[in-house]
Amino acid sequence: MHPVRKQRLIIVGSVVVFSSIAIGLAAYALRGNINLFYPPVDVMAGLAPVDRPIRVGGMVVDGSVERSSETLEVRFLVTDYEAVVPVVYVGILPDLFAEGEGAVAAGTLNADGVLQATEVLAKHDENYMPPEVADALEASARRKQEASL
Amino acid sequence: MIPELGHMALILAMCLAVMLGTIPLWGAQRGHTPSMALAPSLAMGVLVFSAISFACLATAFLQDDFSVKVVASNSNSLLPPIYKFSAVWGNHEGSLLLWVLILSGWMAAVAVFSAQLPTVVLARVLSVMGLVAVGFLSFSLFTSNPFERLLPGIPADGNDLNPLLQDPGLIIHPPLLYMGYVGFSVAFAFAIAALLGGRLDAAWARWSRPWTNVAWAFLSLGIMLGSWWAYYELGWGGWWFWDPVENASFLPWLAGTALIHSLAVTEKRGLFKSWTVLLAIFAFSLSLLGTFLVRSGVLTSVHAFATDPARGLFILIFLGLVVGGSLTLYALRAPSVGSRISFAWLSRETLLLVNNVVFVVATVSVLFGTLFPLIMDALGQGKYSVGPPYFNAIFVPLMAVLIPFMGIGPLSRWKKDSAARWRAELLVPALAALALGIVLPLFAGGDYNVWVALAIVLAAWIVLGMLRDLYNRVRTAASVGRGFRRLTPSYCGMFLAHLGFAMTVVGVVATTQYTEERDIRMQPGDVQVLAGYTFRFEDMARVRGPNYVADEARFTVLEGEKVIASMAPQKRRYLASGSVMTEAAIDDGLFRDLFIAMGEPVGDGGGWAIRLHYKPMIRWIWLGAIFMGVGGFATVADRRYRRQRVTATSNVPGAGYAA
Repeated sequence: MHPVRKQRLIIVGSVVVFSSIAIGLAAYALRGNINLFYPPVDVMAGLAPVDRPIRVGGMVVDGSVERSSETLEVRFLVTDYEAVVPVVYVGILPDLFAEGEGAVAAGTLNADGVLQATEVLAKHDENYMPPEVADALEASARRKQEASL
Repeated sequence: MIPELGHMALILAMCLAVMLGTIPLWGAQRGHTPSMALAPSLAMGVLVFSAISFACLATAFLQDDFSVKVVASNSNSLLPPIYKFSAVWGNHEGSLLLWVLILSGWMAAVAVFSAQLPTVVLARVLSVMGLVAVGFLSFSLFTSNPFERLLPGIPADGNDLNPLLQDPGLIIHPPLLYMGYVGFSVAFAFAIAALLGGRLDAAWARWSRPWTNVAWAFLSLGIMLGSWWAYYELGWGGWWFWDPVENASFLPWLAGTALIHSLAVTEKRGLFKSWTVLLAIFAFSLSLLGTFLVRSGVLTSVHAFATDPARGLFILIFLGLVVGGSLTLYALRAPSVGSRISFAWLSRETLLLVNNVVFVVATVSVLFGTLFPLIMDALGQGKYSVGPPYFNAIFVPLMAVLIPFMGIGPLSRWKKDSAARWRAELLVPALAALALGIVLPLFAGGDYNVWVALAIVLAAWIVLGMLRDLYNRVRTAASVGRGFRRLTPSYCGMFLAHLGFAMTVVGVVATTQYTEERDIRMQPGDVQVLAGYTFRFEDMARVRGPNYVADEARFTVLEGEKVIASMAPQKRRYLASGSVMTEAAIDDGLFRDLFIAMGEPVGDGGGWAIRLHYKPMIRWIWLGAIFMGVGGFATVADRRYRRQRVTATSNVPGAGYAA
């Protein structure tokens, strides 16, 4: 074969091989590792899957944060003002986690509808709201407005 | 008065950039020398006025001029002066001004250090950079003016800088990162200039190589600092999160890594020309994409300062223009610059091709993972998040595939090499790497860790292969000293960078595998034992800083019976904003870090949630990145980049760069 053509064949071949490997890895990796966000109203309506990793976010209900006095367990409620979801988390919460502020909890929902969180995210600074939470609240406000009309 | 002066200077910089982006380019197409000769002076002019503008904003911050909106929202009279200064880029408007300043700095550097370039090439390069500057200057002036005033209602004091950003690492992280981001605009400008001129050759690669290496080195250091900052400042002991914003800086780095290797082939052998140009466009486009992702507010991140749709749209349009324009130009011009030089299967070219394919595949996979949630959201398919498992599952195997080739790379020959030679040269390094990999994890104690063993084999393979090559080079010289003196700065740079990569690999795997951590409730008097270290919680104290008050937990750490460290993590409350922040305490070492962070008070008995970490070899990750950065800088010292013009164009006549 002509050397230049052979060379091109090698190049094209290696590109094909490596991209197939990458696509395979990507598909494999995506299978269990992406998770979907659910606003509390969807969780309440039973739309969220049980025992699969999901994220739930909203405002932390005022006065709902209960800390254990012996362990690092924390229980709190998140709401989009239409529904509430109870969350249990064992560990250290982020600095900006607070009642009446936005938060997103990642974890799995158990059969009783309690989210067992493995990670809790709060906003990064005072003026900031996680976008999923902002959207969820907006949607809930819109539905309420429509209902009242 | 000063802010208005800054605003004026920015407008003047914009005017000069428009001239720079048009006149020399026109001159280059028409062969009109006086217009081309304007380019360097215009570039210097843009630098002068951007610098004045930046100085004005810095003055506003330092003098607590709260009538300026960004100062009022991002500074406070209690802030220590150094943070008042770094607050200049701790916000959207100011960071954009820093971007403009650095871009004009690169432009001026090209004008100064490339005086020996053919006038037409220099004119085109500076002109293209001028156009990029026009884009960013208009972004700054039209959508995010840093000098906007709050009149008449001037606040008495400012809102304070986000406490997370009040940190020495954050003073230099953004400028370094921007140096890298923006530095790729030089490689981009050289690529576009070459496409415009229709001449892509070894000389072109030689000109753009040092710039690309320096940009890449800055980016490496910038990313390293960001990772280090996240480790000690965010308080949960992680050093890389595959956060979209981290990816935004990592993507140009990946593409840039492919680019610097591909440029080597283009310079030395005149191959992969079109591919190299494409990579240069790709690397800079990813820098712009990173800016878009970070600045448009589509991502949830500490970096997303402002969520203003107009800004996002502006960058998106700018990105579209740059990518669309350069790819169109590429489509029109690239076929005319193809190469017909051949190389054998077993050759350095093939190995560098493997590097390129792996890095491009890695770039695309990371890009996909980063954009996937945005795409799904835009399509109304729900709000997904793609987490670290995805990125690790893709990235780690790709790097593992790369390293076997990387070990052969430095001692391979251009054009044609033989398997027999590789076997003869690399048998000893291979066996030694294997032996090291099997033996070293035994010293770590605990269970034997296969992953660590594998990482050591791979890292040792890289290093020993290079040492073998070094031995070959030095051996043939009359004396050892002379042999070492004969090594070129390019070679030393490559050596350092590859060594750094090997260190990072070991650091990443050892940290990930051996880390021990515990989140637990502790109160004064409590003792915890982690990884053989005894952490004794002594007492709590109230501490006052310049602009915060803190609860400080005082720990004594013992190894056996011996006291090795006193550590004092803090929980700070910043006075101006009232925000609370965790300040971790770290006892660092070359082979292990101890890390303590405070959570919140637990119960009434004076207990606190405490996070204890034992992190072996985590410093190696950043040390490796520093080696990579230093390696990148070292290559620039090479003499062949300085005597150019005639010698550089051995296989192409020096004349005829005009279209």
